[in-house]
Amino acid sequence: MTNEVSIIDLVKVIRSKNAGPFELTFDIIFKDKETYQKVKKVKVITKELIAKLYHIPTEKVLHFVEFDPANAIKATIVRPVDSGSVGETDVYGAQQHAPLLDIKIPYQK
Amino acid sequence: MKEIRVLSPVGMLGYGFPAESFQKGLEKKPHIIAADAGSTDGGPHKLGAGVGIVSKEATKKDLTLILTAGCKNKIPVIIGSAGGSGAEIHLNWTLEIVKKIAKEKNLHFKMALIHAEVEKDYLQKKLAQGKIKPLGPVPELTSKDIEEANRIVAVMGVHSYIKALEMGAEVIIAGRSNDPAMFAALPIKEGYDPGLALHMGKILECGAMASTPGTTSDCMMGYLREDCFIVEPTNPMRKCIPSTVAAHTLYEKSSPLHIIGPEGVVDVNGCKFEQYSERAVKVSGSQLKKSETIHIKLEGASKVAYRTICIAGVRDPIMIKQINECEEHVRKTVATYFNNIPSQNYRLIFHIYGKNGVMGELEPQQEITSHELCLILEVVAKDQGLANTICAFVRSTLMHYSYKGRIATAGNLAFPYAPSDIPTGAVYRFNIHHLVEVDDPDELFSIEMVEV
Repeated sequence: MTNEVSIIDLVKVIRSKNAGPFELTFDIIFKDKETYQKVKKVKVITKELIAKLYHIPTEKVLHFVEFDPANAIKATIVRPVDSGSVGETDVYGAQQHAPLLDIKIPYQK
Repeated sequence: MKEIRVLSPVGMLGYGFPAESFQKGLEKKPHIIAADAGSTDGGPHKLGAGVGIVSKEATKKDLTLILTAGCKNKIPVIIGSAGGSGAEIHLNWTLEIVKKIAKEKNLHFKMALIHAEVEKDYLQKKLAQGKIKPLGPVPELTSKDIEEANRIVAVMGVHSYIKALEMGAEVIIAGRSNDPAMFAALPIKEGYDPGLALHMGKILECGAMASTPGTTSDCMMGYLREDCFIVEPTNPMRKCIPSTVAAHTLYEKSSPLHIIGPEGVVDVNGCKFEQYSERAVKVSGSQLKKSETIHIKLEGASKVAYRTICIAGVRDPIMIKQINECEEHVRKTVATYFNNIPSQNYRLIFHIYGKNGVMGELEPQQEITSHELCLILEVVAKDQGLANTICAFVRSTLMHYSYKGRIATAGNLAFPYAPSDIPTGAVYRFNIHHLVEVDDPDELFSIEMVEV
């Protein structure tokens, strides 16, 4: 049976952080290998989804990588403002992850 | 079995760490104690203004434990990215603290200072030779950027550390450094695999953050062997598991597959993370792909403006519904009143918490659902006086604006402070984030030996 599951129930970590002053990186680390592989297979989390969630063009998603050793998916975007410059809202970039928490995964039990 | 042991007491010098954890680390007989003291994370202000991110007192407290143990047990000590940003002013700040500790504790050692601040003339020449390129999503460097920078540092790799160790340094206080370098230098000098050494350095640089419960304010031991490394927190209340170490491999990096530094790129794609013992994780498979040319990262910060802020709360539901319209009114009124001042001389920013204060333009939620808002009215301007003047005008305009349907006629804002307006001083930006190609890293990093 396929259900929609909130990503929060499938992960150990969802976080955002600066990767240097000009980039913002998101880590989604799943509970275990099995969960990670299942999510990877349904291909819901993509470069395009990241762009959509943050309403930015796909070109601004600089990296999108599935990292098997950590059971993790990682995406990096261009920071809207370089860290600490005029117009900054989050110098460390540590509170930009919330839109990721709304992701729903079609998930086979 | 061949093994080299590295003790990382803390993820950021001055954050503090438990003395018991440190003692447990010393019992493992480390060959070196290393700590990172800097980061670009806190923004460009530290580099631009030449200040630190931790207090002198906290740095002294941490360094006293480290230096005393290093001297007593004849273990070399490395402090990298000294003083927060690793420029000359930061290096001197740290040096003063070191000298004070040495005097108080009667410690004597041979110390290497490794300088990382870059001369502007040198960079102008490199720019003219076409040897500088952008790092990440930044524009090409211009001669003007170099001129305008208040301070520029280069980010050293293991090269300068190895040199200082070969010169007999017992303590190294170094300017801006690639985080893993201070942990990987001695192992690489001793002939250990550089890929594993740098990956281990990447895990150790944040203290016990790669353990669970994770923290930067505790100690982590790294054991580097010929074909793997093992990491273990020294505090028995924490443990490393494969997922915490693998997760830390991704931390604060653009791509998880590569750890990039002056030595080249460490490919961690084929890495294996295994539980080695109850609280320790073994990592193998990291490989350094050496770069053919040497590229050194440059960081520069320049002063761009002065800032004044005013913090105010809004609780009136009629006003909250019209907060965007209120902002528009204030912007228009400011533009009219200050029409003698060129608009590029100042900028007005509304941070509206309860709407999109945290995420700004990245915020997907459009509707305000909160019963109260916090506003930070921010004005950045060419000088502090102008910022103060405009901020005061913004505050009084919004305080008394008669928005549509207003029935609370006494005032629109709740100020938690008197005075309500707070001048916060100079604002900086990272105006240099580039790579410079060099023939020899010694062009950028000079070593000075000092007897303490």
